[in-house]
Amino acid sequence: MATEVVNPQAIVMADFKGKVDPDWCPGCGDFGVLAAVQKALVELQIPKHEVATISGIGCSSNFPGFIDTYGMHTLHGRSLPVATGMKMANHAMTVLVTGGDGDGFGIGCGHFVHATRRNVDLLYLVMDNQIYGLTTGQTSPTSRIGMKTKSMPFGNIESPLNPISLALAAGATFVARGFSAEQKHLTELIKQGIEHKGFSFIDVFSPCVTYNHDNTFQWFRPRVKKLEDNPEYDSSDWGAAMEKSLMWGDEIPIGKFFERTDLPSLHAAEPVLKKGPLVQQDCRIPPDIAKSFIDELM
Amino acid sequence: MRQSFSVGIGGAAGQGVATPGDIFAKIFSRRGLHLNAYNAYQSIIRGGHTFLTVRTGPDKIATTDGRLDLLVPLNQDTMDRHMRLLSAGSACLYNADLIKPGNPADGVQLCPIPVSKLADISRNKVAQNTLAIGAGLSMMGVGFPALESVLEEQFRKKEKAVVDENISLARSGYDYATQNFKPFAWPLPMTDDRYAVLSGNAAMAMGGAAAGVKFYTAYPMSPSTGVLHWMADHARKAEIMVRQVEDEIGVINMAIGAAHAGVRAMCATSGGGFALMSEGLGLSAQAEIPIVVIDCQRAGPSTGVPTKTEQGDLWQMLGAAFGDYPRVIAAPLDIADCFKLIPEIFNVADRFQCPGIVLCDLLLAEGRLSVDPKDLDFHPVIDRGELITSNGSGEHEAYKRYKITDSGVSPRVIPGVPGHTHTVSSDEHDEDGVLISDEYTNSVKRRAMMEKRMRKMEGIAASIPPPQLLGPANADVTLIGWGSTYGVIDEACELLREAGISVNHLPIRWLVPLHGDAILELLRGARHTIIVENNYSGQFARYLRSETSFVPNGNIRKYDGEPFLPHHIVEAVKEQLAGKTNLSVPAHEIMV
Ligand SMILES: Cc1ncc(C[n+]2csc(CCOP(=O)(O)OP(=O)(O)O)c2C)c(N)n1
Ligand code: SF4
Ligand SMILES: [Mg+2]
Repeated sequence: MATEVVNPQAIVMADFKGKVDPDWCPGCGDFGVLAAVQKALVELQIPKHEVATISGIGCSSNFPGFIDTYGMHTLHGRSLPVATGMKMANHAMTVLVTGGDGDGFGIGCGHFVHATRRNVDLLYLVMDNQIYGLTTGQTSPTSRIGMKTKSMPFGNIESPLNPISLALAAGATFVARGFSAEQKHLTELIKQGIEHKGFSFIDVFSPCVTYNHDNTFQWFRPRVKKLEDNPEYDSSDWGAAMEKSLMWGDEIPIGKFFERTDLPSLHAAEPVLKKGPLVQQDCRIPPDIAKSFIDELM
Repeated sequence: MRQSFSVGIGGAAGQGVATPGDIFAKIFSRRGLHLNAYNAYQSIIRGGHTFLTVRTGPDKIATTDGRLDLLVPLNQDTMDRHMRLLSAGSACLYNADLIKPGNPADGVQLCPIPVSKLADISRNKVAQNTLAIGAGLSMMGVGFPALESVLEEQFRKKEKAVVDENISLARSGYDYATQNFKPFAWPLPMTDDRYAVLSGNAAMAMGGAAAGVKFYTAYPMSPSTGVLHWMADHARKAEIMVRQVEDEIGVINMAIGAAHAGVRAMCATSGGGFALMSEGLGLSAQAEIPIVVIDCQRAGPSTGVPTKTEQGDLWQMLGAAFGDYPRVIAAPLDIADCFKLIPEIFNVADRFQCPGIVLCDLLLAEGRLSVDPKDLDFHPVIDRGELITSNGSGEHEAYKRYKITDSGVSPRVIPGVPGHTHTVSSDEHDEDGVLISDEYTNSVKRRAMMEKRMRKMEGIAASIPPPQLLGPANADVTLIGWGSTYGVIDEACELLREAGISVNHLPIRWLVPLHGDAILELLRGARHTIIVENNYSGQFARYLRSETSFVPNGNIRKYDGEPFLPHHIVEAVKEQLAGKTNLSVPAHEIMV
């Protein structure tokens, strides 16, 4: 099981190469996210059979097929509950959840809020391209006001959702934002997110070069500013994080907004899991316990 | 006719109808008597009308029958509604200070209890209930010590003064009745048997624990919530992780995640929650991850009647999730079967890596039945199917999660095992799990994968037993039912035989796959066939016809929210045999 030692050799990038090459459009931001995840796993030396990569549906959600781990390609918007179940049944696995802004903040938004407040120990990476890519370019919950898409050809009139503020409000214990073009920075955030014991959320600007002509690499490059470059910034200060999360315009912060380590994650708080991963526990009810269940009814 | 004795206790929600019901049930089962309890209630926490019926006797009692030997009305409303159910030989125990009796039928004994004289009602709000329990048991010929010990257990968590007060109240009710009321002509017998009394919800939860379920998820929805409550109460002892999830979509998907990790995962809901789960069922089938979902049917559509029973979800089950996919659907026949079915259906789901659906209903889920403890087997066969749990020597051919096989079943690895990484997928995929739905679309592979998955249906059909005809082979009438109507049809058959009509009974437990050919074979010689079901459109009749072209001679249906009583079926069969109609819809005579 997850504890078996098989490969004494060092883990390298090639170990995580998927069975097929990504079918994303050339230049898609998601390539950078995939590379950063693979690099983070190599740097942390986590064997691939101890990693579960779970996604919903969308261009970005094709991710598990492009990395060699225990992958799961679930339903549109349902990656987080599936991942929660998987983590609870085998908390020895490192669980990564990957998806898009439509998947996570549209159809799956309810699960996002609840997985966050439950503090499930997993890393949730959203490749936020502010558009629905796979369905060929409709407005997403993070599309800006005024943005013209196939579903709102005269411009979006609805306010976009702010994933960072939402995660903070929902009680996330690790909240960060990355940019697909900032490889080293993103890799570092992913490593921290994996190592954080609780729900880690990273919203990654991952431009859709085919359908989003507003929020392009060129648009982001001059705007993104790393929080890590500001020595004053204290990521344990929730209020400061909330304030920073509202910044949007000429300067858009990326980096770790917030982290707290004083709350137990869901599996750590569950008494039934004290004995170890559920999947390794005996599933038979001992005869004396079974008898006590029946005696209650007599 | 089965010898039986029925008590009806009614009042507004919040008046404490449940406690006397529990006490009577405990005393009856400890006398070695069978019992069945059914609670008619509404979706209201205070007020309304709640009417609990407990029927007991030395023979197997699987249903209530509408007759009452003892009525305990806790308010005037209950007296007014149900006095008409009493006939000669029966009795009514009521609070003489508050309740006026109506006009009872001849031979009904009115038993007014002077509650304010026997108890200090300013201190004990439910004094009338305790007095009535004592009085009733005295009239049934039950010795007081039986009540004393049950009361001690009932109030175990309270201080000694509370226990003593209740025992002394019960005692004064008991003595008052001994002095003032006539005992029942049929004192309750005793046997050496002992039964467990449990609801279908508890039975399904316990069946899950016995089956090795380690992960249970739910979102509260009547009438399935009892499964969650049992699971939550016993989670630590049973070492089951129990989670209340944000909605039923999350419920099923969380179960799928846990099942994928390698544990048995189960969830329960009712029709509305099941509707939300249907996309997840498709995921379970397509990704080949076994789970078991329980649907406790309530009267629909929409929010419907949350506290009333119906067998109206069959076609929702048949149509749930789009596309063709393998699955197994079964309906437990009674409350004991609620327990037994769960390990059985898990074995099928695990072996064939597909969803299993248990189609229960409020009648069983919330009803209570005496069950022989031997029938609650916590050590059933557990067959997890073809599971890979270790990398062995590490020398094996490249692992293909969806390997094409004759049985359609591909060995399933537990994530975490080295050397077997792969991606499972809701999109169509090849043997390796690589998506073929996007640019790699390939009609040859798609066809092969469809055929691989659907081949499992043959294996599933072979692993579940065909139905059996109960009763004489050459009967005048054959009654066909499915799921929870088993008990009531069984008793109706007995009554029909006593009336000189020869009848047999075909109960259907496994619904999908349906043993259509076996059913046709069983029905080949049948003279007059009638399908009995608790819904409007004859959902099972339509399903049977669609699978086999079989059309019965008649139908008996009920969709007023209440279950069938044996005499409903008896009268309907008689009118159909007399040629008066081929569709009977019995009216429910108990006003609840
Ligand atoms: C229940 C359901 N509704 C709709 C779809 C169609 N659909 C697939 S992906 C998608 C949106 C994807 O957007 P996003 O999550 O942002 O991913 P991206 O393609 O942009 O990476 C939609 C609407 C679906 N697969 N399932
Ligand atoms: S459509 Fe957009 S998001 Fe999808 S692969 Fe192409 S560039 Fe990436
Ligand atoms: Mg998107």
